[in-house]
Amino acid sequence: MQVATRDAYGQALKELGEQYPDVVVLDADLSKSTKTVDFARAFPDRFFDMGIAEQNMMAVAAGLAASGKVVFASTFAIFATGRAYEQIRNSVAYAQLNVKVCATHAGITVGEDGSSHQSVEDIALMRVIPNMKVVVPADGPSTAWAVRAIYHQPGPVYLRMGRPKVPVVYDSVADLKIGQSVKLRDGGDVGILACGIMVSEALQAAAMLAEKGIEATVLDVHTIKPLDRESILETARKTGCLVTAEEHSIIGGLGGAVSELTASEYPVPVVRVGVRDLFGQSGNPRELMEYYGLTAQEIANAAQISMSQKG
Amino acid sequence: MREINQQVIEKIESKARRLRREVIRMVGIAGSGHPGGALSAADLVACLYFWEMRYDPKRPDWPDRDRFVLSKGHAAPLLYAVLAESGFFPPEMLGTLRRLGSPLQGHPDMRKLPGVEASTGSLGQGIGWAVGMALAARLDGRDSRVYVLLGDGELEEGMVWEAVMAASHYRLGNLVALIDNNGLQIDGPLSDVMSVEPIGDKFRAFGWETREIDGHEIGAILHTLNEARQVKDRPFAVIARTVKGKGCSFMEGQVDWHGKAPTPEELERALREFDSV
Repeated sequence: MQVATRDAYGQALKELGEQYPDVVVLDADLSKSTKTVDFARAFPDRFFDMGIAEQNMMAVAAGLAASGKVVFASTFAIFATGRAYEQIRNSVAYAQLNVKVCATHAGITVGEDGSSHQSVEDIALMRVIPNMKVVVPADGPSTAWAVRAIYHQPGPVYLRMGRPKVPVVYDSVADLKIGQSVKLRDGGDVGILACGIMVSEALQAAAMLAEKGIEATVLDVHTIKPLDRESILETARKTGCLVTAEEHSIIGGLGGAVSELTASEYPVPVVRVGVRDLFGQSGNPRELMEYYGLTAQEIANAAQISMSQKG
Repeated sequence: MREINQQVIEKIESKARRLRREVIRMVGIAGSGHPGGALSAADLVACLYFWEMRYDPKRPDWPDRDRFVLSKGHAAPLLYAVLAESGFFPPEMLGTLRRLGSPLQGHPDMRKLPGVEASTGSLGQGIGWAVGMALAARLDGRDSRVYVLLGDGELEEGMVWEAVMAASHYRLGNLVALIDNNGLQIDGPLSDVMSVEPIGDKFRAFGWETREIDGHEIGAILHTLNEARQVKDRPFAVIARTVKGKGCSFMEGQVDWHGKAPTPEELERALREFDSV
């Protein structure tokens, strides 16, 4: 089964609105794409379209949150984190406000719209801001979980979602917790740490490796910040080599975070699968994933390289 | 409605003088800061805190309070002076401005000091906060009003006009923007650096009700704030013509005093001037 994380977001947000009257939603003229339109139709009084003005949207979110609202502010990832970066930094995060920046259309799988709309830097941009938490769910069910979880998480959060339908990874999300990665497969030869749509690719890679007699541990690192240090270091100790996989630049995202952690705590080879310091381009999502090397095959190759680098 | 009479005006004039004296003293002790734009806005802020706004310093989180957002966050010493004078925290704290660990940060931090409604400093953002606060008040059915003070140079920030557009679109009759129109920014006169005039026309074009007044005439400020209360269906902008450095003879109209502290000798001279009034 395939579900777009943004569709799961729209549905979950509407359900959240039914339960909690303090939820207020902002969008920047993209509500039909980000799916906040579901909330807007159900609760027109608590939805404000701020027009094509992302910077002001974040400052308005701050003002609403300073008045006791739990604000979900949505637009595409590049405009949320790029256009309005400094507003998120100074007005939302510094003030520790209850603003959830919920961005869709992250990564290259935006597809045909091309580079201007494809964010490969947003995890890095959000991760570096103090007080900010960063959550990148793998599929529809875990996105719905994340929407509820971040409502209950005081302070600013960045939630990263995508445009296309993606495979469902989770049967049950009952045990998910912010800041705690999920072990989806256990193996002693290599650890594959993935987030977002690369989680299902990582599981496929692990199956491909198993055919060659290589057993991989696969972690869904859905929370990039705070990073689940314990599970990642435990995997590093057990397997002695790691691969990271993300639909994001190999600089500053999950791969960056894991490398920073292992370099200082338990140095092991880390091979990063992701966009290699490039802008995206037009194409259909699957073509682009092949072109930029965001596939199960690429992860399996990286696993073997990482294993060959073990001391 | 309370009567605006000579006695009221004189009381607020005297309060504004105290705020100015305190601003110069604080910046002098701190050895850095922005006196010019704090002094130009002192009369506007005195009118808000000592006449116009509803608040309770014992309950800084009272939901029904009116809100003041200092969008021109570099005028922080003025905000701190008025909050101390209004009883939000002990005046002795004013001497800690800009020191390591002080709640009186170089620019306002709402998490460190009671009475500060918004963490500002990066120009252009406070008016967006104010729009959010005005929307929240309406959502909650509170009659709270929101006042936001902007510098005229600050109007050069593009996002100000995003917020101005949104305030008009959402017909925020509970929002008042005060523009401290002192005509100077760090690099020189606005007319040389980047012209923003005609300010009133711009706000009117965006659908705001506007008044252009002398920002140092207490009676005019109070009457204008009264008028703003009568406008229920759109936001209200007060374009207040002011003098940068107002009240300190050697700072008045001097661009250099935007972000410079007085030396001990200058501080003494300035305080003497205030005390001789």
